[in-house]
Amino acid sequence: MIEVKNVCKEFSSQKVLNDICAEFLPGKTNLTIGQSGSGKTVLLKCIAGLHNVSSGDILYDGRSFTAMNEKQRKEIRKEMGMVFQGGALFDSNTVEENVMFPLEMFTHMTYDERRERAHECLKRVNIINAEKKYPAEISGGMQKRVAIARAIALNPKYLYCDEPNSGLDPVTSIVIDNLIKDITIEYNITTIVNTHDMNSVMEIGDKIIFIYKGKKFWQGTSSDIFQSGVKELDDFVFASSRMKQIRALQQK
Amino acid sequence: MLNIFYHTGRYFLLLKRVFSRPERGRVFLRQTVRETINMGISSIGIVLIISMFMGAVCAIQMAYNLQNPIIPRYLIGLGTRETLLLEFSSTIVALILAGKVGSNIASELGTMRVTEQIDALEMMGVNSACYLILPKITAFVFFIPVLTIFSMAIGLLGGYVASFGTVGLTPHDYVVGITSFFKPFYVTYSLIKSLFFAFIIASVSSYHGYYAGGGALEVGKASTHAVVHSSIIVLLFNLILTKLLL
Repeated sequence: MIEVKNVCKEFSSQKVLNDICAEFLPGKTNLTIGQSGSGKTVLLKCIAGLHNVSSGDILYDGRSFTAMNEKQRKEIRKEMGMVFQGGALFDSNTVEENVMFPLEMFTHMTYDERRERAHECLKRVNIINAEKKYPAEISGGMQKRVAIARAIALNPKYLYCDEPNSGLDPVTSIVIDNLIKDITIEYNITTIVNTHDMNSVMEIGDKIIFIYKGKKFWQGTSSDIFQSGVKELDDFVFASSRMKQIRALQQK
Repeated sequence: MLNIFYHTGRYFLLLKRVFSRPERGRVFLRQTVRETINMGISSIGIVLIISMFMGAVCAIQMAYNLQNPIIPRYLIGLGTRETLLLEFSSTIVALILAGKVGSNIASELGTMRVTEQIDALEMMGVNSACYLILPKITAFVFFIPVLTIFSMAIGLLGGYVASFGTVGLTPHDYVVGITSFFKPFYVTYSLIKSLFFAFIIASVSSYHGYYAGGGALEVGKASTHAVVHSSIIVLLFNLILTKLLL
């Protein structure tokens, strides 16, 4: 379990996160939603240790991440996997090499073992016959799936996905969402997904946290989201005319 | 002024991270070999072409300026050799490589930064500075003496080729000139300088690329800054090293 306690983050004098408290549960797909610029990515990067928090604490199964030294952080990072918004695959490596990379850096597996594990992960995300291709030679959806394969290669306890379906078509988005949910349940991972896609919220959101202007405004489940009573959340959820129609139908 | 202190401090902090123990020796070696090919071997062509022409032009200009009956003609070859050994093959080649290799390093690392590849490495627990920059510095410092020696040899050959058909210079005079009063220390001096220059080019360019922010525009700026700053620092160190060594 990941606990975020009173986390604040400032860049220069600008406060990006303000007193955020949240709990992210294992085996659940925890979603952080909010408008662009609300602070979702900064929160995720603080949790992952890519940004240092200005104040507050982040606990990994009770272990304070902010109090850890660099060596301890490095150890705990081996338990994390992250899927970045753009995939962040290494351009100079093939798909197979990208997935083998964390195995080569942090395990003592032989080349054949690493290759076997990489193929296993790629198969899990339905990437077949693209092992020798470079990231630039595959589609955006495939890149995201390879990024997921790389993230799960070391059997992480924590998985972070920053807008995993941004720039993807609706069908591929659903494939990615379902893949994340399945992997979360299969490996009992604590997964945090940043998104502003309402389809994802409804499809995979076990626990949802709404962030607005750097503050946590609401938390609940996908079934509660329509009756939150929080104006800012309603404005976000029912931003499109389609969603407004759905609300009108529900009210009838 | 404060900006200079800020960047200098950040540069040395980055170097501290760069010169730490690599996570995997095998991976470091493989990366170093890859960088040697990318930065060193791929630069041989441009170094040879430029050295050939510069050696030839140097010899022709020497011959033009030393058209005097009281000056022995072998001095043309000797002057060409000293110019190539002392300054051209180390400093001018370093400035050319600052353009080629420096911009390459800065744009590669800058692109990795803006596409979050560096974040991905950090996320995995890899020391990204050491993983990405140390092989570049090692490869370039290791390979630059080879480029310098090639440049010297081809520069002298260029002068020899130019000696055919240049008024006031014969191939025989040129060969006598380049083989007279040879001081081996000049080669050592040139190689020492080139090692410093290689370190400056690779590390300064890496610094600019590693801390590039924003998007493509910023990567372009980082690339330009890498070339400009490493060229200036190379020239500054050229002066310092010349004062110290000669």
